[in-house]
Amino acid sequence: MFKYLFAKNEDIPAGSAAVFFGFSSIVWFVVGTAIGSFNAAKLAFPDFVMGSEILSFGHMRQVHVLAVILGWISMAFAMAMMYITPALGNTKLWSEKLGVWNCFLWNVGLSLGLFLLWLGVTSGREYSDLPWPIDIVVIVGVLVPLGINVWMTIKTRRVQGIYTTNWFFGAATFMVIIVFSVGNAPEFFQLTGLTEAYLTWWFAHNVLGLWITPVAAAIAYYVVPKVTGNPLYSHRIGHLHFWSVVVFYSTPAAHHLMSAPLPEWLKSFASVEGVLILVPAIAFVSNLLLTMTGKWRMFVENIEIKFTITGVMMAIPLNMQGGFQQTRAINWYVHGTGWMVAHAHLALLGFSTFLEAAAVYYGLQTLLRRKLYSLGLANFHFWMLLIGFTTYWVSMTIAGLIQGAGKIYEVPYIDVVIAEHPYMIARWVGGTMVFLGNCVWLYNMWKTARAGTVIPVGRLPHELAYER
Amino acid sequence: MAFREYKVGARMFGLAFGSSMFITLYMPAIDIAGVSATTSAMERQLAFGRVGGFSYEDPFLRGHGKPVTVDIVQDPKTGAAIEPTRAYVYPSEVPFPNGVRHPRILGELPSELSVSKGRMTDADEAQGAVFIVRETTRGGVSVPYIENVTATRGWTPDATLAKADDKNRAFIGKGKIMFVREGCWWCHTLLPEQTQDWQYFGAPPMLGDFNGESPTAFGSDRKAPDLTHVGSRNSSREWMMLHFFNPRLVQPHSIMPRYEYMWGDVDADGKPIDYDAWRAAYDEYESGNTIYPPEVPVPAADSEARALIDFVINLK
Repeated sequence: MFKYLFAKNEDIPAGSAAVFFGFSSIVWFVVGTAIGSFNAAKLAFPDFVMGSEILSFGHMRQVHVLAVILGWISMAFAMAMMYITPALGNTKLWSEKLGVWNCFLWNVGLSLGLFLLWLGVTSGREYSDLPWPIDIVVIVGVLVPLGINVWMTIKTRRVQGIYTTNWFFGAATFMVIIVFSVGNAPEFFQLTGLTEAYLTWWFAHNVLGLWITPVAAAIAYYVVPKVTGNPLYSHRIGHLHFWSVVVFYSTPAAHHLMSAPLPEWLKSFASVEGVLILVPAIAFVSNLLLTMTGKWRMFVENIEIKFTITGVMMAIPLNMQGGFQQTRAINWYVHGTGWMVAHAHLALLGFSTFLEAAAVYYGLQTLLRRKLYSLGLANFHFWMLLIGFTTYWVSMTIAGLIQGAGKIYEVPYIDVVIAEHPYMIARWVGGTMVFLGNCVWLYNMWKTARAGTVIPVGRLPHELAYER
Repeated sequence: MAFREYKVGARMFGLAFGSSMFITLYMPAIDIAGVSATTSAMERQLAFGRVGGFSYEDPFLRGHGKPVTVDIVQDPKTGAAIEPTRAYVYPSEVPFPNGVRHPRILGELPSELSVSKGRMTDADEAQGAVFIVRETTRGGVSVPYIENVTATRGWTPDATLAKADDKNRAFIGKGKIMFVREGCWWCHTLLPEQTQDWQYFGAPPMLGDFNGESPTAFGSDRKAPDLTHVGSRNSSREWMMLHFFNPRLVQPHSIMPRYEYMWGDVDADGKPIDYDAWRAAYDEYESGNTIYPPEVPVPAADSEARALIDFVINLK
């Protein structure tokens, strides 16, 4: 990687940036889930590793969250953008060199930011925990270069129209810059009080709604038609999805603070808009599942489709929860409980991770021109993720319902803690399975790069048979 | 071949995204900006200082550059007896809280009173200042304001600190830094919910209770009791001390981490703390070999544990 930082743009092989991003994202996924498993162990067994400030739960929790969001999820997005955007424009990435620098700065900036967070250098704001100098590094070194590369690649495309995936990529890279800059404004400009609290959740909501959800969906819009060979079921439904994300998903931020003393009109408005996220969700899921028509065998036989369609189907419970749990009638019961932790993992570890994993599996094979080393290991990875995640989700949902009952029936808090203990152990087991599955994935992709069968020119990875 | 330029789509996107930003950013911002600070908001920000997270004066969150809260019963200038008063002492070069730096944050009437009656803007960071929160009546309604007692009564920071012994000093600002740095708010929320929660954890905060405070650290994932009014439920420093050192001493089923490392190297008497020996003795107690747990050392006045206890006890 380092030799390309100062090479001429023309001398850098096409796809280098995407490959670096792909492997970086897997490494960050391993790191992020390792920390997650460590944290979960602490919640189940509080004296597990004690006496050290930097290894305490309060220092490690935000490192886990940001390692998976900015490391795994966002880098996998960057990887997807750097090979899908040019592929859909029948062109090359606008600047491979900018992409390599982008990957370098991203890894350096994120490592530095997480190291500082680990030491306790935090802004004290959930999801926007990074202190403001690191926020500036993220905006200038990570988000803006990525956006420029995506927009310019779309602009210099050699096809007439812009395909659905690229609408989402182009719009999401733009929106995330706005979201990150405005969401961190309380730190840049010393905004205080409820403005600070509201902007914290405005950021947390919109980074999910305008970055993670649309980009993950855009990946599915590419992978499913590409691998199955079926055209997208409906371009029009894609329009409905895109525009309803922009209009409905960008407005309900205040529903994260239903109990805070925010203006009532804001909370009511956010709650109504929050239910409307079912519009893009239904459009997305139906469009993709209908695209599968006649190719459902691939859901069993093909690893990329298996991951993608699992992710798409997880969008159903995710949005049913997301749409309704934020209404006042339900929010008062589940807010602040393990239910929300389960929901957040359904969004990030369920829905989006499965879609990104498909993009990374498919992209690395395409770019390296190597067939996946082992289908067996990939299936092992899939089932470890799925069973591990399901264990986590079910246990935390039950724990959340216990907590909710404890909350409304005024049960002494310690009784809630005692009742939750078995579910805390189950959550740790589930999270650890995800971590172990990811270690296997890293090995599998490494072997793919080294020992996978070379894909002949003119062939696509999924056209070759698996060998192991 | 003329390329499609997506002119209509791009404009529609600008309109749609711009409108949602207008509704979710501009409209709430002007609404919240019109809210006046309550007494609680003034007490909180004067006790916490400028920022509770990363800042210039305290980049590694060690609690530098924070005010000291004191309870005094004598006038620091004249020595005459006064009503018990809580004063917020800002020694020289300690940054003032946001409401003092930008009075507008306090809301229209409180900021006008703080400037005209309280001479708040006469305070100078280079010299340091002492503030108190007072209330006056305007149109039959009680309005709080901040008084810069260094200007109005000549209470200097040093003289004010001298009137309060260790028992009457609270390092609440440093404690808030500890609360944020140690991530207490990952499990303990600072926001009772609008449900039966009120009966258990006390009244929810009001609209103007946070003007000038940053970060608010409400928390979102409650794995432990809400702490908004914890000082009213439990004001025992001894209990807090045991609980922070090893929560299992007072609550066998607690899953809270041990915060013994916040005690530092020595206790209040300057004696070195032997953590390994303490843990070994505790393990003996836990396995039933001894009847009493080992003594928990009293934290030193400048320790992080002391500041955190001050912060938590003062969450009334």
